[in-house]
Order: sequence, then C-alpha cells, then structure tokens
Amino acid sequence: MSADLHAIAVTVNGTDYQRQVESRLLLSDFIRHDLRLAGTHVGCEHGVCGACTVLLDGVAARSCLMFAVQADGHRILTVEGLAQDRDSLHPLQQAFHETHALQCGYCTPGILMTMKVFLEETPSPSEAEIREALSGNLCRCTGYQHIVDGVKLAAERMARPPATDC
Amino acid sequence: MKPAPFRYVRARSCAEALDLKAEHGDEAKFLAGGQSLIPTMNFRLAQPAILIDINELAGLDGVRVDDGALRIGALTRYRTLERDAVLARHQPLVREALPQIAHPQIRNRGTLGGNLANADPASELPAVVLALGGRLRAQSVRGERWIDATDYFLGALTTALEPDEMLTEIALAMSPPRTGTCFLEVARRRGDFALMGVAAVVTLAADGTCADARLTYCGAGDTPVAAPGAAASLLGRTLGEDDVRSAAALAERDLDPPGNMHAGKAFQRHLAGVLTRRALEAAVARARQRN
Amino acid sequence: MATRYFGARVTRNEDQRLLTGSALFIDDVELPNMLHAALLRSPHAHARIRRIDTSKARGHDGVVAVYTAADLGDFLRPGPLVVPPPPIEGLVFNDRTQAPLAKDKVRHVGEPLAIVIAESRYLAEDAAALIEVDYEPLAAIVDLTRALEDSARVHDDAPANVAARARQAKGDYAAAAARADRVIRRRLTYDHGASMPIETRGVVASWDSRARHLTLWDTTQAPVFVRNGLAAMLGLGERQMRVIAPFIGGGFGPKIMMFYPEEVLLPWAAMRLDRPIKWIEDRLEHFFATTHERSQIHDAEIALSQDGKILGVKDVFLHDTGAYNPYGLTIPINSQCTLLGPYVVPAYDSTFTSVFTNTPIVTPYRGAGRQHGVFVIERLLDIAASELGIDRAEIRRRNFIAPDAFPYRNDIIYQDFAPLTYDSGSYEPVLDKALDMVGYRRFLEEEQPRLRREGRAVGIGVACYVEGTGIGPYEGARVQVQTNGKVSVASGIGTQGQGHFTSFAQIAADRVGVDVRDVDVVTGDTDQFYWGAGTFASRGAVVAGTAIAEASGAVRSKILRLASEHFECAEVDLVLEDGHVAVIGAPGLRISLGELARKANPMRGAVRPDSEPGLEATRYFGPSGSTTANGVHAMIVEVDPETMMIEIKTYVVVHDCGTVINPLILDGQIHGGVAQGIGNAFYEKLMFDADGQLTNASLADYLLPTALDVPRMRLGHTVTPSPLNPLGMKGAGEAGAIPVGALFAQAIEDALGLRALGIELLEIPLSPDRLFQLIGGKRA
Repeated sequence: MSADLHAIAVTVNGTDYQRQVESRLLLSDFIRHDLRLAGTHVGCEHGVCGACTVLLDGVAARSCLMFAVQADGHRILTVEGLAQDRDSLHPLQQAFHETHALQCGYCTPGILMTMKVFLEETPSPSEAEIREALSGNLCRCTGYQHIVDGVKLAAERMARPPATDC
Repeated sequence: MKPAPFRYVRARSCAEALDLKAEHGDEAKFLAGGQSLIPTMNFRLAQPAILIDINELAGLDGVRVDDGALRIGALTRYRTLERDAVLARHQPLVREALPQIAHPQIRNRGTLGGNLANADPASELPAVVLALGGRLRAQSVRGERWIDATDYFLGALTTALEPDEMLTEIALAMSPPRTGTCFLEVARRRGDFALMGVAAVVTLAADGTCADARLTYCGAGDTPVAAPGAAASLLGRTLGEDDVRSAAALAERDLDPPGNMHAGKAFQRHLAGVLTRRALEAAVARARQRN
Repeated sequence: MATRYFGARVTRNEDQRLLTGSALFIDDVELPNMLHAALLRSPHAHARIRRIDTSKARGHDGVVAVYTAADLGDFLRPGPLVVPPPPIEGLVFNDRTQAPLAKDKVRHVGEPLAIVIAESRYLAEDAAALIEVDYEPLAAIVDLTRALEDSARVHDDAPANVAARARQAKGDYAAAAARADRVIRRRLTYDHGASMPIETRGVVASWDSRARHLTLWDTTQAPVFVRNGLAAMLGLGERQMRVIAPFIGGGFGPKIMMFYPEEVLLPWAAMRLDRPIKWIEDRLEHFFATTHERSQIHDAEIALSQDGKILGVKDVFLHDTGAYNPYGLTIPINSQCTLLGPYVVPAYDSTFTSVFTNTPIVTPYRGAGRQHGVFVIERLLDIAASELGIDRAEIRRRNFIAPDAFPYRNDIIYQDFAPLTYDSGSYEPVLDKALDMVGYRRFLEEEQPRLRREGRAVGIGVACYVEGTGIGPYEGARVQVQTNGKVSVASGIGTQGQGHFTSFAQIAADRVGVDVRDVDVVTGDTDQFYWGAGTFASRGAVVAGTAIAEASGAVRSKILRLASEHFECAEVDLVLEDGHVAVIGAPGLRISLGELARKANPMRGAVRPDSEPGLEATRYFGPSGSTTANGVHAMIVEVDPETMMIEIKTYVVVHDCGTVINPLILDGQIHGGVAQGIGNAFYEKLMFDADGQLTNASLADYLLPTALDVPRMRLGHTVTPSPLNPLGMKGAGEAGAIPVGALFAQAIEDALGLRALGIELLEIPLSPDRLFQLIGGKRA
C-alpha cells in the first residue's frame, strides 16, 4: 500500500514552504524534521505537556495534535521566529534569561509561544493569571517560580511605552 | 507514538463529507479540532481508514439565537464560545464550564461538536447540554434529524449517531428570567477530567419559590447523568439552606458513580453531594440576583 | 585573588541557544541516510516467549532489518552490574541484570523483544505491529508484601525473589528499647515515582566503517562510562568510540542508568547495517522503558526517653527493585543512611530486603531513596512528639547533632562504600531560620486557632534532613586559554539543565581573570574530555567544580609565570583581570591573554626542559568522602475538608549547601526539587494492577504538578563550608525533593486534626481520594 501523499503550502516564520507530506505526518514532526526547525520540542504526543506549542494563525496550538496536511494554507510561528534577529531577543526571551526561567530548556519554546499570545491578550496579568495561563505547559525542572517572574518582567517591559529620545 | 496510516480527505462541502461518511461508515471519522481524536490515533487506539477533515466547511460554526433557542454550530471552537457575547448573555452555564476544559491551546482548536460526538462521560459539556435540554442535529445523506440530549448519550464514548451521520448543530435553552446557573467540578489539576462535576440550573417563580430545577453530573456514570429526584425535591420550595442540603443528600443517595483510578466510588458519591450543595447555593443566589 | 563571579547571581551562558531553539537535543541530530528504530515491547508483565515470528515485519514497506534475541549471538548477554554492592558484612546479593532483548522470558511490561529498523519511525511502528509472538503468560509478582512468599519467581534462580538482604547496625538497639520510656512502632509505606523529564530518552548511533569509528549521541548522564562499557561490549577500543551527550531535557537520575537495551542495540545494529540509526523514546514507552523509583515498606520503631531524646531506631524494610537490579543497592542504602538525618541516634539496627518484582527496573531518581528514610524518621518523631507532649520542632531540636561534633561518624556504610561521616553541619540555625520565616510560633498560637474557629482546616509542617552529596570517585577538567583570548573548559561530566555552562565558567573566570561570558564550557563529549564519572548524586559542582578550580589555578600560575618572564618583573607586580595581564603602576605594560597564549606556543626557538606548551592544565579531584548538606522545609497548607483538595499557603526552604557558586542557579534547583517533591507527595503515583499492568501510562493520568499546583517558595540559606574541598562546596541538586513527603503528611494531619481522630498518615503518596478513604466519615 503506498503512502497517502498531499501537497501543502504553509508559511512558517514568514517563509513560504511547499512540500509533499504523508497524511499521517504530525505537524510537530513536519516542523522539526521536514523543515528542520528543531526548536519546537516533542514531549508526549498526546497533547498534555505543551512542549510542542506553536502559533497557528496567531493562536496557540499543540502541534502534536495536528497533521501537517491540515496546515496547508495556514501561517505558523515557532520559537525560531520569536526574536527580531540574532542580536535582539523578544522581551520574553530576554526576561527569561534574566530571571533564570529555564534550566534544561526543553519545555521553554512551548512556554514562550504560549506566553507570547497570553501577554498580547492580557498585558498586565496578575501572578494568579500567569499561573493559570501556564498551567497547560509542564515543566519538570524549574518549579515554575522563575518562569512566572520572567513573564511578569516581560509584561512590565512590554507595557512600558518606548522611551523617547531627547 | 505515531498514528497508523489513513487516507485524508479535506471535505469542501457538507455533501462531500456526508457522501464519504455514508460510503465508509465507521471506517471513516470526521476530523474537526482533533484534540480528542488525534491523541487516540497517536496511541493507535483508534485507527480509522479515512479521515474526513471538516474544518473548512462553511456555515457550521457560530452562535445565534433562533426561535427562542441558542443555536450553536458544531464546528464552533471552545475559544469562540469563550468570547461570544450572545452566549455570555443568554447561557452563562456554558461559559462557566468552558474554562474547566483542558487548556487554552486545546480550546483554541477543539470544537463543541467534537466534544459531543466523542461523548466522554467525564467531560463537562455533555452534562451541560443535558442540563439545558439540549437538542442535537444530525445530518446524513438520508436527511437530518434532531436528537434530544436525553436520547443522545448511550454509553461511554457512545452516542446515538448512526455510522453515516455528522453532528452539525446544537440547540440549547436560553436562560429564562429569574434563572441562576452554576457549574462546579473537582479535578486533580486544572483542566483535567473532573473527578465529579455538577451543572445546576434553578428558575424561580414570581413568588421566589423554585419553579424549575435541573441537576446533571459529569463523571458520575458512563454518560452524563441527571439527578431528577434531587431536582424535583426543590420544586415549590423556598430554597433555604435546609432545602439545598436535602437535595444534595438525595443526589448523593441516588447517584451511582463508577469510581476510577483517581476517585473511588464512595469519594465520587461524597463529592457529588458536596458539589450539589455548593452549586445549588450559587445558582439560587444568582437566580435571586437576576430578579 | 579577587572573586568577581563566585557567589554571584550570574545569568546563564547557555540560555541564548536554548531560548532561540538552537540548542542541539538528541532528536535534533539529523544524519544523511539515517534509519529509525522502534522496539516491540512485551504487553505482559511476566510470560515465557514460546515463539516469535518477524517475517511479516521484515517484509513490510521501508523495513531494513528486524532483530530478535536469536539474531544477537554472543552479543546477547546480561548487562554489567553498574554499581556493585558496598562491603556490608553478611550481605546477600543476587545480581540479575537486563539483556538487550528478552529471549525466553519477559519480566516486566515493556521489556523489549525485538527491534525494527526502517526508513521512518512511522514505518518501524507499523512493522513492529506485525511481529507475531506466542506468549505463555505467567503469574505476575507485583505485591511487595507477598513477593517473598510467592512460589512464582521473577528469576527462576533467585529464590523467594530476593535480590539482596543487608543489615547495618551500630550500638545495641535491644538494650536501648529495654530502657526506653517510650517505644513507638509503625508500618510506613513510601512510594517514590518516575522522573518524567519533559524530554524522553534517545540514542543515535553512527558507524564509520572506513575510519572504524563509532559516534553515539545519547541522552546519558554518564557519557564516559557509556563509552567504556559499550566499547568493550562491541569489541572496540575506547578510542574508536565517541559518546556525545547533547543538551538533555532533564535527567533526574534515570538517564544515568546503563545499559539500556537501546544504548546497546543501536550501535550494534549501526555497525551491521552501515547506516546511522536513531531511536527516540516516545512518552508511552518512557513509562516502561526508562527506570523508576518505587516503593518501600518499613516496619520501623523508635525508642525514646521521656524528654524526647532518641535512644535508638530499628527498621526492617522491603525495597522494590523491579525486574532487574543493575544499580545494586544504591537506593536502599541511601534510605538506610538518610534515615539517621541530623539526629543523634545512638543505636541503629536496619535490615532491608530488596525484592524482585515483575515491574520496570528501579534505579535512582532525584533523592534516590533518601525520601524513604526521611519519611520514616520524621513521621516517627512526629508521633513521638504527640505522645510525649513535645512540640514537633522542639523534639527535632533536642536530637540535633551538636555543631562541635563534626566530623560526625555514623558508623554505617554509605553508597560511596565508605562509612557514613557527616563532614560539617550546623543544624539549629537552619531550623531557627525556617521557623522564623514560616512564622511557626505565630501560626500555632494565633493564626491556626483563629482560622479553625472560622471552620477552616489549616496546618503546618516542619521537616529536616541531611543529604550526603559530592561523592567520588572523581571528576577531571581541562582549562585552556585559547589564542582568541577565550577560555575553554572541558569536563567529562554532562549537563541536563543545572547550569554547568555557567557555574563552571564562574569558577574558571575568577581564576583566569576573564569575563564569565568569555568562558566556553564543553561537557559530555568523550572526545573533548576522556575521563569522568557523571552527573548524579548532587556531585557536579563539588567534584567537577573543584577540578575546574584546580585546573584554572594551574593555568593562572602559568599565565603569571610567562607574563613575568615577558615583562621581566616579579609575579607580585602583576595584575590579571579583564582578559589581560598588566604590570601594576606601568600603564604601557599590558598583554592580552590571547597574545600570551600565542607566545606560549612558539614557532621557533628552544623551550625550557619539562615545560608544556600553551596556557593549559588538566586536574582531577576525588573527594575523600561525601559532604553532607542539610536543610529544613516548612509549609502551611489548607485542606478543604469536604473535597480534600489542598492549597499550599506558605512554603519555606532553608538550605545549607556550603559555599554557593551561583545563588540564582541554586534557587532554581531548590524550586525544581520541591516541585518534584510536591508531585511525589500528592499527585504522582504509578498505578500497577495485580497483573503488573501500568494502568496510568500517560501524562493525562500520571499527574505532574503544574504552575497552579506549585506555590511560590521563600528560600533561605546558611553556609557551613565543607572541609573536604578547597572551595567548601556541598551538593544541592536533590535537596528540594527529599523531605516533602514527610512534610505533607505532617501538615495535612495537622490541618485536619487527624491525630485527635486516631488517624495517622503513614504513607506517600497521598491524594484527595486517599485522604477520604483514610478518614471515612470520621470528620464532621
């Protein structure tokens, strides 16, 4: 029996890709191995740990719970697309570095993507709101406290209006 | 855990989707949000031969009011429901249950129809739909029919849908005046399936006594279950503390939860009593506020 | 020498790569022509294998090979005993280790029988499903209390399923009990769980048949030992093999277990097929294929005087070692030793029997058996406190080892094969600080009574522990100033997120006089550094850190000597900082380290006899003994008496791990350990049924705590330096996880007033359901 192949066109981090994929290829595997964007990590393949979270048309989704073929015609943002460029990190990334919000770093990309949209929707969250928003992403290393600190710090910086030059 | 091979078809129309389903029956499954289906496929517990992707079918999502009822398209994502103003105004019970369902990433993709077609008895929305006298619209190449919620849930993960049918719409009662609702659950962690959950609806008569009451539960059986005896005991009552406690005791007595790995039968039964009392207290208070 | 970085909250060097998704984890290794492996695993906990037919699998699309035990020939041997037992008198020890593939019998669910190698993991799984196996199921031995009497045997030649029996004793317990005012006996059960790192395991093996060289990427915490052991198994010289431990997404212990079947099979197959092969464990496999810690059952008793002083402890316990015991007795010995805690225990008699069961292998997971020992002593002290009318904190204080009693000999043997000796410690200040931070007095005297009057169930717990850390054998490090001025540090130890790239850089940067950002740390690559043991038992900072300090110090000496020759001045006239050496008071006389490094490797001229090129040094450090850290956790918890759901209101940790390299990293380690402790205490339980089936093998049902379940913690530190290494460091990696079970039991008992109802919490894990069962209808 031959594989069920489909042509797809998907935009990832602003770049257009055309590929042929087998229908059962998980989106997480497609991103990581076909597109070689290995920053998105796989932790469980049953939608619980959140490590594979990407943004699909601007909304957080678990890439292990989608088939690549479903992404045809859609926009995806992964952790590789988060920083403006090599030298300027997204405020979340910078804040996470300062508050030691990552240890092994494996769950971190999924958390960054989740928190990015969370802060866009809730720019001044309380600690309780942050923890609730984080509750769909499992971390086994940090105990979450420094992550919460990092999100708070990023929120403060993102809310501050840009400094004006005199 | 990689899924077994399948054939994928992206349906461009409802007719195409229904034709395919009629042709393949139980060998084909509809792919909507995929948040329940895809994990089971990754575990190879489900191995459909054909997946019919219905995500792009037009007209199957959205919330509207029609003929005195809330009409929700089966393809409406939880995310949309959370933010829908019509739903917020007319049926707060749904809104209260939604944040208990999994996590935002899941709610961004998962759909109401997918949830109800999956019919997990520990899931919140089947109990809510039952409490609100929901009616479910099923379509097939043979036509369409409406199924009452009381006839729809047949067993764990088993519904009255025929192998060739697709769920397309759900009709729910709008919250009448002087009605208060409450959804409460106990889960090990936020977003987990409930150890026990209750949906309570209380409607007051003009004199403040109880005109109608509904109590339904998730996690209490292999389908969402009602506690009609407990609900009936409230009719005509002034709904003070004693009335509420009696109803809770009745619910605890009448329910026969199965027990699971996280909560034994006795604990589930006990939680049902506790949650019934708390949910009724809240529903009654809200009903009085809406006066 | 001024220290700029040591002790500072330096943010991490490794973060940039991790934050931008550009760090290499095992599944990111992509090699041309790479194949993928999947394993067929036993669905039975105990069964004979009558027949295995792989023909349909072999013929499947995309399949390159299918191997069973029959195909392995001589290669099919039980793995080595990784940790032989310490020299305990009268020890009974039956080592039974796992083979790469099961041949006649499977002994736990998930034990592998065959490996399929195909063009993709998807195809490999398809083919594995086509392998036909005739099993003859056998009765599974699962219940620890019955395993010793069970006529069924996990190993046909290990009678009564005994893996080991060991007794350690000091003093005369019988005499102590005879003269005691109070003897308290209880059965206590402690079930630790699975480490569940967010990244599972993985192996990539690549054989270069022309160069006759094997490269293995492996999520191992011990790359040097993996290289040495595998090279021997594969008939290769150590120099023909390179093991690379890339960035690892959480280790916590089970990733140091060796040799996992996949670690052994992948290189063997890669050498036969002459193509690189990758195997990534999926989460479902991880529940069976990666090791756990599990339960112990203790029948323990404590003998005390009326004023609460411990006269002796006796403990007889069973330890579940799973189907095989490659890790020897590490865990039960840790339990035996850690039970003594920070207390004077004049008489101690501890016997354990390690038992084979038809469940996955048990090897150390963060805490490694210490939790079990701490649970026993802390619960016994709580019960004693209640019966004797002494405050819980006070009874602990009365039994503390005095600060002038160190080094304190406990006279029983620890996991490092040496008699357990506490090198240093000062326990009362730690307790005092914890009690102060949690507001112990105020809570018991004012807050708790007030909240109880409001009908709320709030309780407080305090738990103490001592942890042996920083054990040998040794680690090594090579430090080198490169001609670009950057300092390279290489060590054999690996990394799984604990910040080695930074903490090691801090040590080197201070000594070599460079910016911490200019130190590149390489760990986990056996080609970069040949020797070492691994990351385990809270030893990285202590052992490798000391080696790095020594090597950096040696490089510093070379720098100063070479610079003094260059500037023709005395070494005392030199200052080394900001990557330069300068003559004090002579502004023009300054040279960069990079240039000095170039000078240290001349292209012409003679060199002094016995000198070495470059600014490089390699040093090894083997501690003379383990160094003991200690701490106190205190918690205030509220329990909803109707639903048994908990809310942690306050969580305090006061910890003494000697001198601290990086307080920011240390805080993170404590937070993470406590989170795992909370999981262990109230959320995580591996649920095996009577047939040895794991009924909750998914993250939906094996409950890891989330950000809503782990509270904000307040941390305090005291510093009692260790005399066993020049920097005075002690280990800290496991501390957060150790006393949490004992703490939960105490605090929840207090919150629900259980003692007054005659109910004691003598088991971990707890849960709302379990509390309901234990309490029944007794509470109003």
